[in-house]
Amino acid sequence: MSRAEDHSTTLDRMTADHNVNSDSSTPPALIVSHFVQEPAPGTPQAPPPEPSEIRRFLSQRGSGAFADNSFAGVILLCACSIFAIVIFIAAILIKSSHLSIAQFGLKFFSTSDWDPVSGQFGALPFIFGTLATSFLALLIAVPLALGVAVFISELCPRPLRAPISFLTELLAAIPSVVYGLWAVFVLVPLMRDQLGPFLVKYFGWTHLFEGANFGVGLLTAGIILAIMILPIISSITRDIMLSVPNHQREAVLALGATRWEMIRTGVLRNARIGIVGAVILGLGRALGETMAVTMVIGNHAEIAHSLFAPGNTLASVIANEFSEATGDLYLSSLIEIGLALFLVTIIVNAIARLLVWAVTRGAPARVS
Amino acid sequence: MRVKLLAAGLLAIAAATASAQNINGAGATFPYPIYSRWFSEYAKLHPDVKINYQSIGSGGGIRQVSEGTVDFGATDGPMSDDAIKSAKVKTIHIPTVLGAVVPVYNLKGVSQQLNFSGDVIADIYLGKISKWNDPRIAKDNPGVNLPAAAILPVYRSDGSGTSFIFTDYLSKVSADFKAKVGAATSVKWPTGIGQKGNEGVAGMVRQAPNSFGYVELIYARGNNMPFGKVKNASGKFIEASTDGVTAAAAGATIPADYRVSITNAPGANAYPISSFTWLLIPVQATDASKSKAIKGFLEWMLSTGEAEAAQMTYAPLPKAVADRVKQTVAGIK
Repeated sequence: MSRAEDHSTTLDRMTADHNVNSDSSTPPALIVSHFVQEPAPGTPQAPPPEPSEIRRFLSQRGSGAFADNSFAGVILLCACSIFAIVIFIAAILIKSSHLSIAQFGLKFFSTSDWDPVSGQFGALPFIFGTLATSFLALLIAVPLALGVAVFISELCPRPLRAPISFLTELLAAIPSVVYGLWAVFVLVPLMRDQLGPFLVKYFGWTHLFEGANFGVGLLTAGIILAIMILPIISSITRDIMLSVPNHQREAVLALGATRWEMIRTGVLRNARIGIVGAVILGLGRALGETMAVTMVIGNHAEIAHSLFAPGNTLASVIANEFSEATGDLYLSSLIEIGLALFLVTIIVNAIARLLVWAVTRGAPARVS
Repeated sequence: MRVKLLAAGLLAIAAATASAQNINGAGATFPYPIYSRWFSEYAKLHPDVKINYQSIGSGGGIRQVSEGTVDFGATDGPMSDDAIKSAKVKTIHIPTVLGAVVPVYNLKGVSQQLNFSGDVIADIYLGKISKWNDPRIAKDNPGVNLPAAAILPVYRSDGSGTSFIFTDYLSKVSADFKAKVGAATSVKWPTGIGQKGNEGVAGMVRQAPNSFGYVELIYARGNNMPFGKVKNASGKFIEASTDGVTAAAAGATIPADYRVSITNAPGANAYPISSFTWLLIPVQATDASKSKAIKGFLEWMLSTGEAEAAQMTYAPLPKAVADRVKQTVAGIK
């Protein structure tokens, strides 16, 4: 059966349904015209259709031209405010850090000396710490968050769904200083006495777990960040997966897929762009997180290959040193650290978007 | 007691009428508890003067008073010559009280109070002394069974007057520390981990076995933390106390502008890691009535306020210094 034939039979069926009382031998086109014009004499009088709320509102209001134009103007202003805010922030950061920009130039981003006493400032250890903790956090949180989201949206028994969703969203609402306190009192001793020795014993060959383990350091900061971004990623991913139309799932199942194949090809494939968006949002929070990280990272500006070593992040050093910074160059360098954080966030976001674009452009859902 | 104080403070605020002279100050966090008590008591006696103080840190205090944003500043470390030269509003330093920094540690199985020499503390933070049973620690603590564990040095990650006093002391007793680290509110520590605030350092030391750190005396006392004795310039191990701190101030030679470090001061009973904390008062006030109100407060502070310092674990000014400050205050126009 061709597509056109299929369409016409559907139309036939529809008109037939709508006109149970009318003569079934009348051609479809005529019946449609009956509805638009006066009903033919002899056919039973249908009551005039009651105009809907919307139709009544639209017919009663005057010309919408003025309202439309001013609305468009206001919306444009809202959109432009985003540009204005970003440009304003960047301009102020650059203006207030001109002293250190003039003094250190691009070397600021590539040297690792941060010494307020001798007036040497380099942001590299902080950039390293920020990126290392954030990617550690993603490494831990993304698989976990996807698991939570798949479970809630596809496999969860109905009575469990609401409590689990509620708890994940509750995690997102906990202030970061509370996470920090919890980390100091629970995660740090756990890391020092149980998790650390375990990692050394079984993963020592990776050389990632060397040196003294005091419980504070890059790994602890990565874990607390992972816990903090888990609810963001999992709840957005869950919403996106729930918005995949059910007929996609039914179609894949009907073709003989198992449940896992259905989730992979029917749900995850369709939701992948949204999932990447969720991960980027999580990454954004991880990059800028200050308080909880400061409390467990050890605040020591060095670039170490061991995950047990203390580190420092861009956000932490600003929070730690800004209030007591004396000297114009010191202050200006701290503001340039803020600029560095701004740039790191933009660059990481741009790379993530580029990746999404490269992976998904024009690609339809497929099995691979 | 605290509730009563708070209630008294609130009453004082309520009592201040709209016509009250508002004086705004900002700066050091270390003397904040006693400053807020002084300001509220002074407001009770003088309902026409209301002093607001924000403890935003010494660096912020120096910046704001130098730019004329606030009527007076407060700092834990004296202003540098450069800072004085570049300041728009010229100020004088008025010492108010003294504080001390004490070494704290966490060693299981050691119940005695440990002794520390200044150069030993410096080398712990330089990473040269890395084990608790190092012969140099053992030499100062005969008869103590020190474990062979690695020392975890803990420092203040946030810029602070406490770090300034501590590094200033270590720079005086160790040439190596002075060359490699130096004295400032934040420095580049060669080793160890940083924690935010006295509470951060204290929390980490309490938790982490074999750690070593430094906190303000007032904090250690308020939280019943055991702390070590420190060897002073006369070779005696001294436990920090308000008397030891006042003795350090009495032993030091104090210049006319009061910008002086009294760490490692001479005197048999002087506690070596001590320091003044200062108010920064503009030389030329923009408003004569404000200047008069500040002067009134300073006179009250020297005659009455100082007596309350010791019960809040701050050391009062030695009598000789207080007399000199009185003359300086009398000279404020």
